[in-house]
Amino acid sequence: MENKLTRNLYKVPYLLWILLFVIIPIALVLYYSFFDIEGHFSLGNYQKFFTPVYLQMTLSSFWYAFLITAISLIIAYPTALLLTKTKHKQLWLLLIIVPSWINLLLKAYAFLGIFGTYGISNSFLKVIGIGQQQILFTDFSFVFVSVYIFIPFMILPIFNSLNELNPTLVDAAKDLGASKWTTFRRVIFPLTIDGVKSGCQVTFIPALSLFMLTRLIAGNRVITLGTAIEQHFLVTQDWGMGSTIAVFLIIIMVLIMLLTNTRKRGV
Amino acid sequence: MANANIIQFKHVTKQYDNDSPVLDDVSFEIERGKFYTLLGPSGCGKTTILRIIAGFTEPTSGEVFFNGKKINQVPANKRQVNTVFQDYALFPHLNVFENVAFGLRIKKLKNAEIQTKVKEALSFVNLSGYEKREISEMSGGQRQRVAIARAIVNEPEVILLDEPLSALDLKLRTEMQYELRELQRRLGITFIFVTHDQEEALAMSDEIFVINKGTIQQSGTPIDIYDEPINRFVADFIGESNIVKGKMIKDYLVEFVGRQFECVDMGFNENEPVEIVIRPEDLEITSLERGKLQVKVDSQLFRGVHYEICGYDIDGNEWLVHSTKKAKVGTEIGLYFDPEAIHVMRLGETEEEFDRRLETYADVDRHGK
Repeated sequence: MENKLTRNLYKVPYLLWILLFVIIPIALVLYYSFFDIEGHFSLGNYQKFFTPVYLQMTLSSFWYAFLITAISLIIAYPTALLLTKTKHKQLWLLLIIVPSWINLLLKAYAFLGIFGTYGISNSFLKVIGIGQQQILFTDFSFVFVSVYIFIPFMILPIFNSLNELNPTLVDAAKDLGASKWTTFRRVIFPLTIDGVKSGCQVTFIPALSLFMLTRLIAGNRVITLGTAIEQHFLVTQDWGMGSTIAVFLIIIMVLIMLLTNTRKRGV
Repeated sequence: MANANIIQFKHVTKQYDNDSPVLDDVSFEIERGKFYTLLGPSGCGKTTILRIIAGFTEPTSGEVFFNGKKINQVPANKRQVNTVFQDYALFPHLNVFENVAFGLRIKKLKNAEIQTKVKEALSFVNLSGYEKREISEMSGGQRQRVAIARAIVNEPEVILLDEPLSALDLKLRTEMQYELRELQRRLGITFIFVTHDQEEALAMSDEIFVINKGTIQQSGTPIDIYDEPINRFVADFIGESNIVKGKMIKDYLVEFVGRQFECVDMGFNENEPVEIVIRPEDLEITSLERGKLQVKVDSQLFRGVHYEICGYDIDGNEWLVHSTKKAKVGTEIGLYFDPEAIHVMRLGETEEEFDRRLETYADVDRHGK
């Protein structure tokens, strides 16, 4: 009997957490989404979401999130592959992970300095003869900094799945006549696809709602769903519309989770 | 191509950094179409030999020949050998059919051809009808067969098997021993089988290489190795043995435990110190008077097929006896053995010297008749 009691006791922090920080906020968001700016109940917000302005915003959010995820993946996979082959792989991994412990804002400000008109990168460009360029407040700088921030999160799951890969499977593929590239394509990549999927999840989903960077690095030139939510809550005070966008964001996230979690078996 | 030797090692050494070498100046030949076993304790270097043949590791020095051509630099995927791995190394994301077809797909064979070949290979290992199964749905014994099918379907000249039976239970293991041997005979391909299980080696092989500490201690047929072990290590590793120190008085006369015994060995120096091997099954329990040796029974185990009796002689040497007769713990018994049961080993003899000495026996026998 006592056992049952203690077990129930253990549940308390978890249930409290879920209630306070998951269920209530989502319920509130849902609730607010049904009220217009004057505080009257309406479905107008949902109607408004399907107007070109918001659809355009959704599309652009997806586009940037896709770009960030794709570039992160292209950099992260070879890096993870290289890491698993080094001697002190845990140390090298740690070095890559460490920057992710630093606050995102701090890193964003650091890039303001680096990319600014009189920053290091422009001095360098001048030295090699290209001359001063506008780097800050461009699509390039936005994607660059985002990729920089997300890369550790992409590398980690890929590194783990590569690390768990049984090395005799690679030997077996070679033994059966596969070249390095074929071994990668037909054995290594398919067996680490789960790591790639979770890496893409933890990059793509947060990238959809980035808003701090859009302001600081992209100078509000890039408007994503995240920026729109921020604007509605803090500037226009249209909590209803902000909540509606949030509802769609949640739906999109759930859909992505479901899509990337389906396991494909065999050919 | 008429060359009978398919693989040849010439003074192959493998060393990691400055550790003592894993393989130390190993030379041997592998003949086409035979069943070879590399036998030795774990860490003796037998798997390294296999990995060098497969091309997963390169020797530090020495040469490896395949069909008369040096293959030190040839990568694993260009070698005509296929491996059955210890943990099978089947691809978990592919089903049985695709696992077996893996090598054929890389060779870009036509689909119809792949179908027939895979079906044929699977029926060879009694797995017809399992094509669509996932690897996770197969039992240990079945995975083993898939691994074998995946190797033979490529029609390699040599199949390497790295302790493939060690993960199976005893009954299945014995069954697979028969099947592997049978398979090798039917295919006529060279098998190189690595194991630490001496019974497995004796039961399956045409030739056994006994390996210890990176060198080949002895090579020969199972009967040769069992009956004429070259040194203490081989005698001890292959089967159970009683090994005592002795002295070769003259040809056909040896002394141990303070007595002289008639034997069949010759070619030693007079009064040369030697080691004597007598197999437990060659000792026969008899009365104290009839016995050539007297031992006091210390313990007795019932092994099913026989009793395993352990006793000590007056010099304190331990004697292991396998007998269907029971003995009484604490009593003294006599042990009888034939002169042929005594095997005399010269101390520190190399395999070449050993072989040369055995040849002189044969000459003497011929002249004697």
